Amino acid sequence: MIEFLQQLVNGLAQGSIYALIALGYTMVYGVLRFINFAHGDVYMLGAFTGLYAAPRLLQAFGGGPSLSGAITVLVVAMFICAIIGILIERLCYRPLRERPRLTVLITAIGVSLFIENAGQYAFGAEPKSFPEIISDRAIEIPESLGALSTLTITIGQLIVIGVTLLLLIGLRATVLHTRLGMAMRALSFNPLAASLMGVNADVVISFTFALGSALAGAAGILTSIQQPSIDPLMGVNAGLKAFVAAVLGGIGNIPGAALGGVLIGLLEALVVGYINPTYRDAIVFAVLILILLLKPSGLLGKAEGEKV
Amino acid sequence: MTGRPKVLLLVTLVACAVLSSFADEINPYYYDVIIGIGINIILAASLNLINGYTGQFSLGHAGFMAVGAYSSAWLSLTFGYSFGLGTFATTTTYFLTLVAGGLMAALVGLAVGIPSLRLRGDYLAIVTLGFNEIIKGIIQNAEPLGAQRGLGGMVQHTNFFWTFAFAALTVYVVLSLVHSTYGSGFLAVRDDEIAAEAMGINTTKYKVLAFVVGAFFAGVAGGLYAHFKQFIHPEGFNFLRSFDIVVMVILGGMGSTVGVCLAAVLLTILPEWLRVVDDYPWLPEWLRPITENRMILYSLLLIILMLTRPQGLFGAENFRRKAA
Repeated sequence: MIEFLQQLVNGLAQGSIYALIALGYTMVYGVLRFINFAHGDVYMLGAFTGLYAAPRLLQAFGGGPSLSGAITVLVVAMFICAIIGILIERLCYRPLRERPRLTVLITAIGVSLFIENAGQYAFGAEPKSFPEIISDRAIEIPESLGALSTLTITIGQLIVIGVTLLLLIGLRATVLHTRLGMAMRALSFNPLAASLMGVNADVVISFTFALGSALAGAAGILTSIQQPSIDPLMGVNAGLKAFVAAVLGGIGNIPGAALGGVLIGLLEALVVGYINPTYRDAIVFAVLILILLLKPSGLLGKAEGEKV
Repeated sequence: MTGRPKVLLLVTLVACAVLSSFADEINPYYYDVIIGIGINIILAASLNLINGYTGQFSLGHAGFMAVGAYSSAWLSLTFGYSFGLGTFATTTTYFLTLVAGGLMAALVGLAVGIPSLRLRGDYLAIVTLGFNEIIKGIIQNAEPLGAQRGLGGMVQHTNFFWTFAFAALTVYVVLSLVHSTYGSGFLAVRDDEIAAEAMGINTTKYKVLAFVVGAFFAGVAGGLYAHFKQFIHPEGFNFLRSFDIVVMVILGGMGSTVGVCLAAVLLTILPEWLRVVDDYPWLPEWLRPITENRMILYSLLLIILMLTRPQGLFGAENFRRKAA
């Protein structure tokens, strides 16, 4: 039972990361109807922004790991990733907007591979150790709780889950209660009608990329707090898992992506805990294939008929 | 397609046999590259049937290759010499293991083809990529196949003749299939699936058929590769290998077999040529990291190609459809 709870905690922390990345996939799919393959690599760039910015920023806050320093690192990474997201859209996807989807898809794969390989060249292919921006240690659980005291919960895990929750609430507020958020929803509902109503599609699409990439950047920093070893290919696997999460929740559906992320994280933790860690990736893909075969619209998405 | 495809195929096969007898005189390094070209032609031409002619987007061709490579290698290692040691017996056994590897891959192709009935575009790309990773994961956990250590000890049966005979056969089968009355269905599925269905074309059958035939030849290519390198490793069949093949198809022009074969030749020679980049002092300093890393070059090539010439170098009118 304790073992099960332990896997739930681990799964929830990892699932939060997937949820943050999955949101970017789902929002871009919502407005542009295509899968931004390069999204996982923006997450990697977020972690590397942290790697390079953290020593300088922490210096400004007294040198050691501190809460204010960690928050600054997070915000800087989110900001840089937002800019990278806007640039990718501007340079690679915008010129292709009227082209067939396959062309855009191939471009997205190209952008993804370019970031990964240029990253290997620029940062070095070997894993780097991420500086400690906040002291991560196990929380002491009082003996009076009995068997529960053998659970290992780290501060890092709590931070990941907490920050993810805050970001999700912020995102919900942005999407539901701001003009740009409303424009975003309008665009994903019906692009033609939205543009006739005066929604500037270019601005909204840039905004969507900025928002999604900022969340991916935050995910990059949060991962690095828990597992302080980062490498230029870390985005490949995380990106694929997050994509599966977005599909599981129903692609284009924002709460669905968050739910899917958490579910995939839990599934992975349970596979690692109870079956065999080597099957972790294969099972996640098997889940993807099963959803696509049984309920392609995902858990929360609604089925769309094809218009001719 | 030229007038007498069967005659052309025969001539090519005879030419392969004749040229093969001179293979001993070729520098081993060039020989290695030449066999690599042949295997890549098979892979690219067969993927072109799925991605180019039928308009599906498969990112898992290396998975089919892995199935063929491991099946035929395992068969050779297990039954290789049970039919005697004569030249004829060995050759026949080798041929049979190649075909068996191809058939295994075709079977897996059937399994991958079935989800493709419901999926298109981006989803299919991810699912085939997922299949590739699942196949790799299964091999990594399969003790009889060497698991993480890789599988070695095959005899080097693959030679110039086998490689290019199969390359010619792949091109022949793909072209004959697509240019037959029956095969127009592939193009119809690519050009407009809904209209094709409305005209009574069984789109499902064509999509699955494309996957099965494409996977068969990828499996044969895997078998050839396994019996040439004499050592195979699961990581050699990851999605980056799939991606190499996709780049060949896109660069050559989806749906242009000649273009795709030329791209296969070009992209096999290019990394070899770039490997000795230090010998070219005239290359500007900033270009060196790009040329030293094949994947940086490939990915840039893809982006630029999509922005400027999405139909590939030799393709024409393959992107007639407007964005939906």
